[in-house]
Amino acid sequence: MSADHDHDNDHRSKVALRVKAVESLLVEKGLMDPAAIDKLVDLYENKIGPRNGAKVVAKAWTDPDYRKRLLEDGTAAIKELGYSGVQGEEMVVLENTPEVHNVVVCTLCSCYPWPTLGLPPNWYKAAPYRSRVVMDPRGVLAEFGVTLPDSKEVRVWDANAELRYLVLPERPEGTDGLDEAALAEIVTRDSMIGVGFPKTI
Amino acid sequence: MNSIADMGGMHGLGPIRVEENEPIFHADWERRMFGMFILAFAGGHFNVDMFRYGMEQMSPAEYLTSDYYEHWLHSLTMWVKDNGSLTEEEILARMAEIEKEEAA
Repeated sequence: MSADHDHDNDHRSKVALRVKAVESLLVEKGLMDPAAIDKLVDLYENKIGPRNGAKVVAKAWTDPDYRKRLLEDGTAAIKELGYSGVQGEEMVVLENTPEVHNVVVCTLCSCYPWPTLGLPPNWYKAAPYRSRVVMDPRGVLAEFGVTLPDSKEVRVWDANAELRYLVLPERPEGTDGLDEAALAEIVTRDSMIGVGFPKTI
Repeated sequence: MNSIADMGGMHGLGPIRVEENEPIFHADWERRMFGMFILAFAGGHFNVDMFRYGMEQMSPAEYLTSDYYEHWLHSLTMWVKDNGSLTEEEILARMAEIEKEEAA
C-alpha cells in the first residue's frame, strides 16, 4: 500500500468523522431529523433515477402531441408524468435530430435534472468532463463511444441552478414494433445527457 | 466570479474516468451529507446560489483534490457556522468524542 493511499484513507475517515459530528450536533440542536435523512437517501438511492427520464422519452417517441408539449414547455410536460420538484423546477428538453446532437454539462458545479435522471454520476461532477466538453465536445463524445459525422452540429448546453436540461435522443431505427414500455427500456441515462445513444435492439 | 469552479475550457485537468455500474453513493458519510444538504436547504440555512458560493470558497488546491461531497460538507458547515447554528469548536470537540467512543 502506498503512502498516498494511506493518506487518502486517513483523509476520508477524517471527513466521515466530521460529517458524523456535524449531523450529531445538528440533530442535538433540533435542526435535523436523522430519520428524514434516511428517507431522503432511500428516495434518491432507490426510487428517483433515470428510469423516470426514460419514460418521458418513450412517451415523446410514441405520442406526437406529448412530444410537442415536451419541447414547448418541458417543465409542464414532465410534470404530467409526475416528475417534478427539487433540482427540476425549470426544465428544457433538447431534441436530437439528424442534423443536431445535444450534450449537457454543468461547468460550474453539478447541476443536473434530479426528478428525471436522479443524482449525477461522479464523472459529470468532476473537473475533467466539466472543463473539456465545452472545448472539445467531439473528442469527449468519442471517448464515450459517440462518434458523429462532421456534418452533424454539436450543441453543448451549460446547466445552471435555475435551469436543467434533458436530451431527447433520436428514436433508433428498427424500433417500430416496440410499445412505450419496451421503448423506455432502451433509453439510457447517458443518452439523456447526450454522451450516449439508446441501446440497440 | 472567476474561481477554480469556473473550469469550462480549462486545460490539463486529466482524463474523464467513468466508473462502470457506479453506485449512487460511495460511502455512508456521502449518504448522510446528501440528506443533510436537502434538510438544511429546506430549513432555510442557505439557498442554492449560497450553497455553490460556499463550495467556491474552498482553496483551489483543496477543491480539485477533494471528493465531491466534501465540497458539500465545506459549504454546509460554512453556512451553519455563519448563521450561528454551530461553531468550529463544537465540531472539533464532537469529532474527538465520537473518535474516543469508536475506539473504546
